[in-house]
Amino acid sequence: MTDAAATNSRAVLEVEDLVVRYRIARGIVDTLQRRPKLRVHAVEGVSFALRGGEMLALVGESGCGKTTTAQTVLRLHEPDAGVIRFRGEDISRLPPRKLRELRRRLQIIYQDPYESLDPRFRVHATVEEPLIIHRLGSKAERHAEVLHALEQAGLDPPDLFVDRYPHELSGGQRQRVAIAASLVLHPDVLVADEPVSMLDVSVRAGVLAILSELRKSGLAILMITHDLSTAAHFADRIAVMYLGRIVEEGPAHDLIHNPQHPYTRALLSVVPKRDPRERTTPQILRGETPNAVRIPPGCRFNPRCPMAISECKEIDPELRRPAAATSAGHRAACIRV
Amino acid sequence: MSVLTVSELHVWFELPGGRELHAVRGIDFSVDAGERFGLVGESGCGKTTAMLALMGLLPPNASVAGEVLLDGENLLVRGEESAAPHRWREIAMIFQGAMNAFNPVQTIGDQIVEPMELHDFAEGKQALARARELLEVVGIPGDRVSRYPHEFSGGMRQRAAIAMALACKPKVLLADEPTTALDVMVQAQILELLIALASDFGLALVLVTHDLPVVAQVCDRAAVMYAGIVAELGSVDRLYHDPRHPYTRLLFAATPDLYGADAVGSIPGAPPRLDRELIGCPFAPRCDRAFSPCPTVTPRLLEVEPGHIAACHLNDHAVVAAS
Repeated sequence: MTDAAATNSRAVLEVEDLVVRYRIARGIVDTLQRRPKLRVHAVEGVSFALRGGEMLALVGESGCGKTTTAQTVLRLHEPDAGVIRFRGEDISRLPPRKLRELRRRLQIIYQDPYESLDPRFRVHATVEEPLIIHRLGSKAERHAEVLHALEQAGLDPPDLFVDRYPHELSGGQRQRVAIAASLVLHPDVLVADEPVSMLDVSVRAGVLAILSELRKSGLAILMITHDLSTAAHFADRIAVMYLGRIVEEGPAHDLIHNPQHPYTRALLSVVPKRDPRERTTPQILRGETPNAVRIPPGCRFNPRCPMAISECKEIDPELRRPAAATSAGHRAACIRV
Repeated sequence: MSVLTVSELHVWFELPGGRELHAVRGIDFSVDAGERFGLVGESGCGKTTAMLALMGLLPPNASVAGEVLLDGENLLVRGEESAAPHRWREIAMIFQGAMNAFNPVQTIGDQIVEPMELHDFAEGKQALARARELLEVVGIPGDRVSRYPHEFSGGMRQRAAIAMALACKPKVLLADEPTTALDVMVQAQILELLIALASDFGLALVLVTHDLPVVAQVCDRAAVMYAGIVAELGSVDRLYHDPRHPYTRLLFAATPDLYGADAVGSIPGAPPRLDRELIGCPFAPRCDRAFSPCPTVTPRLLEVEPGHIAACHLNDHAVVAAS
């Protein structure tokens, strides 16, 4: 944790037992035959806390619920159950008209800066728009804010960029514009949904360094990524999700170097290493992630788990500190560790 | 013995307004049977264009020069006439995003049979039997041959795309970003499959990707491309442990490693535009080791040790001594 985080150690965002389910539309035949209404259990009891000055990476394979979790935290989806607290206040049932003020404090940047920017807007207009929507500042004040946000996002000097259109910018620069447009509102929490996966390798580190700087100045960042190497390098803590649950969570270093949950271990083993001499035998899990409509009873990972015993089919494990953990914040949901 | 030898390959695109974009600027490499060769580089470096040139599948506004020898026969001499007989039968390609390009209203089996019938490789029952066999080879139960694409998961569709490329028993398989849209666990399964195909069938595999760790784990040798040229080529071990082109070193340094403790750094600047003439080393404006000759003199491709070549003045003692 950084110094700024230590001085601001109260959680900005707390999520408790969050549940989000999507209904699957039934066809007329299914309805007439009275087939059961099915639901996708996208998020099934997720809890975490995020402090100011902290970056938490939510990692997992597609369909594990990481994006749904983040979008629900922003109230872009309605939670079916659970509590979301922002600075101590429960925002999970906040009515729409009160959401506007909340959205100023919680911002998101998306994966694809080629799609998230309006091609007809110059950089200045893109970054200024949130201020106009929230009716903040005079024209001169907004201009100053825009320049400051661009600077913070590493588009320096900002004068060079304000009049450009997205097509005149590189991918890295576009993502920085998207970051600037979220920073201009001075949010407390930034959700970064796969912020660099569409960018070229040579510019990724620059964008991640910007997020890292913002975190040091007190912003709380929830980063969604499938890239464990990126999470290992940039996040303070990592939470691994599997089928709508966090199965392991802890300080980034501990989780990478001392993984406890068998799913985390398998996931880490298949991440390709940069050094050709470190060719290890990946522990490849067969088959695909089971679908979130029918979640296996007991531990949801048991059908694919190399360590599963008969109890695993019955006990749905809770997150707790594993015996071999070396730090207090390290928790895993597995009865065998 | 090399199955595929590419020498002095150039590709130009004619742009509206009479301008020309020189996308591939004279690249050389060769691949042996059973070898896994990586072609790495960032977007726009010409890696996909080079592969399409090998297949003879460039759009009409492209022109090609150089030599592509497949078992000693030049595929580029008479355009389509010399490329067509070999396409799919000897050299096949898995296109980027192929798994999402299946026809939704045709069974997977019919779609694997199609290239076989089109190229007089097999037909009817025999072709369908081979489609079944191919599905088994790529790890899908043969009875799924009559299923439709939507009944397959992403990973299975990618396997089916590989089966389709293998339909006519090619000797060379070009795989363009075959795991880019896949999750790490499925990526590991597909890479394992490609490695097995190269060793079991003596297939020469060219893996095109922007992902250095994937190349490091899968390939024997690799070429690092930048702005249409091969900046460096060698065994993946030498590329990582003794890079002789600053771009290779910086690209590895920009790639976070799970256990690496070193800071990850980006490379400032952007690649040059390819619709104008390049003078000097194309990487010079972004290079942390550029010196006097770099902006004006084009570096020669030098063999720095057997099998390891790089296009950087730093390896050229005569140039270093003179400046």
